[in-house]
Amino acid sequence: MSALETVDVNTNYDVGEGAENQYLTFMLMGEEYGVDILRVQEIRCWQTVTTLPNAPVYVKGVVNIRGSIVPVVDLRMRFGMEEVEYTPVTVVIVVKVLNEEGRERVMGVVVDTVSDTYIIPEENMKPAPEFGDSIDLTCVKGLATVNDNMLILLDIDRLLNSDELTVLERG
Amino acid sequence: MTIDLSQFHAIFLEESFEGLQVMESSLLNMIEGETDVDIINNIFRAAHSIKGGSATFGFSNVAALTHVLETLLDEFRSDKRIVTKDLISLLLESVDCVRDMLSAIQDGGKYNESSAIEVQNKLQQVLTGEILSINNPDEAEEIESDVQGWRILFSPYPSMLQNGNDPFRIIREIQSLGSVKIEVDLEKLPILAELDPEDCYLSWEILLHAAVSKDEINEVFEWVIDDCDLKIEPIGSDVVIQDTDNEIIEEMLSTAANARDDVVKGDQESESLSRLSPEVKHKRTTNSGSIRVGIDKVDEMINMVSELVITQSMLGQLGEDFTMVDIEKLKEGLCQLERNTRELQESVMRIRMLPISFVFNRFPRMIRDLSNELGKQVELRLSGEQTEVDKTVMEKIGDPLIHLVRNSLDHGLEKPDIRVANGKPEIGILHLNAYHKGGSIIIEISDDGAGLDRDKIRNKAIQNGLIADDDILTDEKIYDLIFQAGFSTADQVSDVSGRGVGMDVVRKNIRELGGSIVIKSTPGEGSKITIHLPLTLAIMDGQLVRVGDEIYIIPLVSIIESLQIKPEKVKSITGKMELYKLREEYLNITRLYQLFTLTPDSEDINDGLLVVVEGDGAKVGLYVDELLGQQQVVIKSLETNYKHINGVSGATILGDGTVAMILDVPGLIAISKDRAENTVERVA
Amino acid sequence: MTTILTVDDSTSMRQMVSFTLKEAGYDVVEAKDGVDGLSKAKNSKFNLIITDVNMPEMDGISLVKALRAITRYKFTPILLLTTEAGPDIKQEGKAAGATGWLVKPFNPDQLLNTIVKVVG
Repeated sequence: MSALETVDVNTNYDVGEGAENQYLTFMLMGEEYGVDILRVQEIRCWQTVTTLPNAPVYVKGVVNIRGSIVPVVDLRMRFGMEEVEYTPVTVVIVVKVLNEEGRERVMGVVVDTVSDTYIIPEENMKPAPEFGDSIDLTCVKGLATVNDNMLILLDIDRLLNSDELTVLERG
Repeated sequence: MTIDLSQFHAIFLEESFEGLQVMESSLLNMIEGETDVDIINNIFRAAHSIKGGSATFGFSNVAALTHVLETLLDEFRSDKRIVTKDLISLLLESVDCVRDMLSAIQDGGKYNESSAIEVQNKLQQVLTGEILSINNPDEAEEIESDVQGWRILFSPYPSMLQNGNDPFRIIREIQSLGSVKIEVDLEKLPILAELDPEDCYLSWEILLHAAVSKDEINEVFEWVIDDCDLKIEPIGSDVVIQDTDNEIIEEMLSTAANARDDVVKGDQESESLSRLSPEVKHKRTTNSGSIRVGIDKVDEMINMVSELVITQSMLGQLGEDFTMVDIEKLKEGLCQLERNTRELQESVMRIRMLPISFVFNRFPRMIRDLSNELGKQVELRLSGEQTEVDKTVMEKIGDPLIHLVRNSLDHGLEKPDIRVANGKPEIGILHLNAYHKGGSIIIEISDDGAGLDRDKIRNKAIQNGLIADDDILTDEKIYDLIFQAGFSTADQVSDVSGRGVGMDVVRKNIRELGGSIVIKSTPGEGSKITIHLPLTLAIMDGQLVRVGDEIYIIPLVSIIESLQIKPEKVKSITGKMELYKLREEYLNITRLYQLFTLTPDSEDINDGLLVVVEGDGAKVGLYVDELLGQQQVVIKSLETNYKHINGVSGATILGDGTVAMILDVPGLIAISKDRAENTVERVA
Repeated sequence: MTTILTVDDSTSMRQMVSFTLKEAGYDVVEAKDGVDGLSKAKNSKFNLIITDVNMPEMDGISLVKALRAITRYKFTPILLLTTEAGPDIKQEGKAAGATGWLVKPFNPDQLLNTIVKVVG
C-alpha cells in the first residue's frame, strides 16, 4: 500500500470553473489522447494488480481503491498497440464510466504518461475520418488541433463498455 | 400541536402484517368444535391491535373489518359460538382481506373492495343480531338551553384517592368550563389522630355558571363516577354566581400538589434512574428495509465496544514507549483485540439474523389451501423453525421455497386413492426442516410422494433439446436437468406449480445467495431437496490458497479436506481425465491453473496439494500449489465495477491491501464437469 | 420533570403515544408489555402510567393491580388505553385501581388534553 501515490487532479491541473469541454490528455506511443476531465476521478501510479481469470488480455486485473474493487485496462493493448513494460512512472487514470442504463462504474486505464489539460470548444472538434473496417474508431469522439498537435478525443463510455467488459450474464 | 401520524404507518404496517401471520397460523391450529382459549386469545389480541392501530392511524376500512372480526372472535372466547370449519375458512378469508387492504396502504395501490365488502357482509350475516357499527350512532344531545348553570354536589368516597384520582384535578376541570363558586364541606374531617392521610374526607358544592350540557359535566366526572356521590342539577337564571377567587383555588391546588409530592418522596428512589433506561428510536420510511433489534442485543454490543475501547487504550499505552520486553504484552493485547473484534462482528451480524419461522409460517396456510384445491391430504411437519438466517437471505429464499413446496405437493405427493393403492398411508407427509451446519444453513424439503419420474424428465429433456436421445445419464444428472433453463413439464402445467418461476430460477436465486441446491429422489418413496445457504452474505471464513503468483480464497464451508497427493492414488481415464481415489470415491482432479490459465509453480501433480471441495452435491479435488492461512474475509462484489466471472463469486481485500478472488465452488465444479465431459467426448 | 411510562405491545401505538408526549416536553419511557412495564416501574419512578389493556404476558388490568400494590404507585395516576368503551372493561379497570381511561382511537391532541388534565 505504501508504494501507492495518489495525485489529485484538481491540484496538479488547473481545472477552472467551466470544466465543461475540458480534457485531460495523455500519451500512448507518442500519440496524444484526451478524455473528458469531469470523468477523471484520480490519477495513480501503477501498482501491482490481481489478475482476473480468463479476462481479455487488455484487462490487466483489479486493484483496491479505498475498499472498492476496480478493474484496470491497458489502453495500449486495448488499441492493439505494442506492449511496453510498466515502470514506476506508468500512470493509471481512474475514470467514471456510464453504461447505457446510466449505471456508474469506476475503472482504471493504464497510459504512458499524463500530458496536459485543454479546453476544446465543441466547434473546434473535427470528426475522425472514415477508415473503412481497418481501424475501429467508434470510441473516438473527434479530433482537435492544439499547438499544431493532433488530439484524439475519446468517448470513454464506448471505450470501456465494449462487450468483453459488460457481459453480465451468468453462466 | 400537530403530529404527523404518517411517520408511524410503516411500523404499524409491519406489526400488523406480523399480527396477521399470527392470526393465520393460529387459525390453522384451530380445531372444529373445540375452543382453545390460548389460540383464540392469540388471534383476538392480534385482531385487536390491528383494529386499535388502524382506527388511530385513520384506516377506517381496516378498522371496520377488524371490528366485525373481533366481535366474532369474542363470541368464540365467551363460548357463545362454536368453532366450525366454515367459520375458520371465513376468518382466514378475512385475514387475507385485511392483508390486501394493508398492502394497498403500503404500496399506495388499491385493494379488492368488493371482496372486502363481501367478507364483511358474510361476517355480519354470521353475527346477525349483534350491533355492528363501529361508531356508536351519535346520541341526540340533551340541550337544556334555558339552563344558566349547574349546582354540583361532589362527595368523593374516602377511597377515591386510591385510584390515583385527584379531586382537585376535577375541580380544576370544572373551573375551565365557566365561572364557579366552590364551597368545601369539612364536616366529615376527623380529628387528627384518627385521620388516615390516604382517605378523602372532603366534599364540595360547586356552582358552575356556564352554558354547558349535563353531559359535558358528567364527562369530567367520568373516571370517578363510581367513587363518589354526585348530584348535578340545573339552576335557573335567578341564581347569581359569585366567582370564587381564582387565587384561592390555585392555592388550594398547589397545597394539595405539594402534599402529594411529599407522600411520593417518602419512599422515593432516584428519579434519574428512569433516564438510564435505554431506548432505541426507530425512524423508518416506508421503503428502506428495517430491522427491529432487541435492546438486549444493542446492550451486548455496547458492552463489546467498551471492551474494545479498553483494549485499544491498552495497546495505545503499550505503543508509547515500546521495548522488546513488552512483546508478550503486545501479543496478549493483539489476541484480546482479535477476540473483541470477532465478538463484536458476531453480534453485529446477529442483528441481521431472524428465525426462519418467518418464512416457514407461510406454509401451513398455503398447504391447507393447495391440498384442498388438489384433492390431496397432506400433513405438514415443520422443524428447526428457530434457526436464524440473515435477513437478506430470508427475503430472497421465500419465493424459491414456495415454489419447491408447491412442486412437492403438485407433482410429488399422490392423491389419497393412489397412495392407498400403493400401500402407503392416505395422508402424505411434507417435511420442512432447517438447521445450522458449520457456517451454513441447511433447509430440507422432503416428501414421501412418488419421487421424480426419471423417464418423464429424460423424455422432456430430449424433447426440449437439452440432451440427445442417446445420452446416457446418471440419475443425479437427470434430476439435475429439472434445474436447467428451458426445462418445463409444460403439458402438465397446473394452476399450482405452473405459475411463476421455474426450477432454473430457483437454482439461480439460490446461487446468487452463494448457496447450492441438490435433489435426491427414490421412485415410489419420495424426494428430498437440500438447500445450502451461507449464514451471512457479508463476511465468510476462507482458506487462502496459492496458484503461481495468485492467491485465491476458497469458502471454508465448501472444503471437505485438504490433502497431500499420493501418486499411487492418481488415476486417469483415457489418459486425459485425472481422477483421485479418495477412500471409496473417485474424484475429478481440477487443476485450477488450467481453468484460470495461470502459470503454476509446477505442473507435476505430486508437487501440489489437493483441496477437496463440495458444491451442489458434487465433489472435486482442486489442485493448488500451496495452502496458506485461513481468515475471515469481507465479501466485495466484482460486478460493481466489472462483471461476473465464471468460477469466481466475488473478491476481497487482504491485510496488505491487495485484492484476492473468492472462488465460487459450485460454479467451478460445473466448469470442471463440462471440461471433463468434453474431454471424454473428444476421446470417444 | 414529569416522567411517563407508556406500556403497549403495539409498537406503532406505543411510539405514537411516546412521540406525542415527548414533543409536548414529557420524559417518556416505553415498555412492551405488562411484565416489562412492571419491571421498569419498579426500577424507576413515574408520575403517570399509560397502559394498553390487551397485551401478552401481563395484561393492563393485572399491571394496574400490581402497580397499586407498590407503595409509591398507590396514588399515581394510571390510565388505560382501550378500544372497549363498554362498561365491563371500565368497571374491571376501576376495580383494579385504574385512574381513568382513554378510548381508542384517539388523536395526539385528545391524548395530550387528557394527559394535561391529569399531570398538568
